[in-house]
Amino acid sequence: MSTVLDKLFANGTRLTALLVLLIVAWIFTVLFQESMLSIQSFGFEFLTNEKWAPNLEKFGGYAAIMGSIMSTFLAMVLSVPVAIGVAIFLSEIAPQRLKSPVGISIELLAAIPSVIYGMWGLFYFVPIVRDIVGGVGISMLAAGIVLAIMILPFTAAVTRDAMNTTPDILKESAYALGGTKWDVIRDIVIPYAKAGIIGSLILALGRAVGETMAVTFVMGNVHKFSLDITQPSTSIPVTLANEFTEADGDLYFSSLFELALILMVMSFIVIAVSKFYFLRRTRRAS
Amino acid sequence: MTAVEKRKLISKIVLGLSSLSAALGLFFLFWILYVLVSNGLEALNWNVFVFEGAPPGYEESGLKQALVGQLILVGTASLIGVPLGVLAGTYLSEYGQKSKLAETIRDISDIMMSAPSIVIGAFVYAIIVAPMGHFSGWAGVAALAIMMIPIILRTTDDMLHLVPSTLREAAFALGAPKYKVIVQVVYRGAKAGVLTGILLGIARIAGETAPLLFTSFNDNFMNTDLNEPMASLTVTMYNYATSPYEDWQRLGWAAAFILSMFILGINILGRLILLKKKGK
Repeated sequence: MSTVLDKLFANGTRLTALLVLLIVAWIFTVLFQESMLSIQSFGFEFLTNEKWAPNLEKFGGYAAIMGSIMSTFLAMVLSVPVAIGVAIFLSEIAPQRLKSPVGISIELLAAIPSVIYGMWGLFYFVPIVRDIVGGVGISMLAAGIVLAIMILPFTAAVTRDAMNTTPDILKESAYALGGTKWDVIRDIVIPYAKAGIIGSLILALGRAVGETMAVTFVMGNVHKFSLDITQPSTSIPVTLANEFTEADGDLYFSSLFELALILMVMSFIVIAVSKFYFLRRTRRAS
Repeated sequence: MTAVEKRKLISKIVLGLSSLSAALGLFFLFWILYVLVSNGLEALNWNVFVFEGAPPGYEESGLKQALVGQLILVGTASLIGVPLGVLAGTYLSEYGQKSKLAETIRDISDIMMSAPSIVIGAFVYAIIVAPMGHFSGWAGVAALAIMMIPIILRTTDDMLHLVPSTLREAAFALGAPKYKVIVQVVYRGAKAGVLTGILLGIARIAGETAPLLFTSFNDNFMNTDLNEPMASLTVTMYNYATSPYEDWQRLGWAAAFILSMFILGINILGRLILLKKKGK
């Protein structure tokens, strides 16, 4: 009796674990199948063609793809220096009684749903952008900044965790040699935690690429990529969120699915690089 | 200026800049928190809980349908996602351990944990909504459950791994079969950690909007049938906030406030459980 149960339990758990692999494979297969029509119709031109005209049944993903890259780039450029500053503050500067309340509130802020960051962006931040740079305010710039703020708690928390892995004894040795705080951070903490910091930041980048709600409110969904970031623009998640429920026609749907597939591949690569290249060393160690 | 003074000066400047950037980051985050709390409290009243959605301009409009829908969606998704995640995590920690298969599943699951949630929504649209021909609560449940499994799997794996192997060996020595060792010894030892993981997983999916946009869609009226489109706090929030009507926007803030408090509450509860466990 108990051997039967034993086998049942072992195989049951194995099946559920395999389910994870199955779901991922299934996601890729379905996305690929659904985008077949668009891939056949537009080929590689889909990636370089900016024209997105549902009424003419002409679809090009250039604006959305470049918009995703641009908004993620802006968010990272704005958020990484601040996140590193917060991490240095939390791990090396802050007095003990500040460390844990500030640290915990940052972690809790990471749990706030991204849709709320988007709402704040639309009602409070877009008007400020409008006053400063003119135009409608709804723009790539606003989206980049809101996205930067949204991923800040995450980037700060993971950078701090990476820095905290530096053994105290190494830091103390450096202080004993007469190092200033900055000497210790630059020559001990950052070299020691480098792989962890870079890996965590790339992980944050992966999140920013796929983030939908924080940017949907403030991007504008205009299929026109421009280096002038004060203009409204779009990105893959923004296009999907705005158009999926309104799409009609097989080709329209198929093009949206192709964008989803491209997004999935982009984030898959980014996350895989972070996990396998940079974070491999530290896994299971904690 | 001597070399030492120079180094000290540079150090001071850098530390000053770090503190400043920390202050800047915290300023924005607390600004958002302040906006959320002040708008939320202002919009919150009894009507929000007892009335369903109404056209703009009506006094008697509320979020009842979204609150109920949210509970049904997240609850049902948890009923599916939690057991699957815990069992899969059990396999990795207790059976697969460091085997190639287990490591692969860990990696793929980690990647899936960070997959764009809107893509999960598109996937569920293709496999459930399109064949059925209409949006449904079940589709939303499926999307949320898919997002939940990797989170629960990861924490279960980690937490079971922390249970000392001497405990397992002691149980084996008493002649217990493996499943009994796992259920009665390992699970018991890791209870607090796994529970925290489950709570954090629930908190995580409760705040998701993107996977629900084109699966469970939305409904302005009360509906408890998972075969029909179903309201959720997040999608309602999105629709109301982007509407031009001020009273709808106010309801959107009320929804944002309720949801945030719920999620923060679960997060804090999870932390307390872990703290209590450590304190013992």
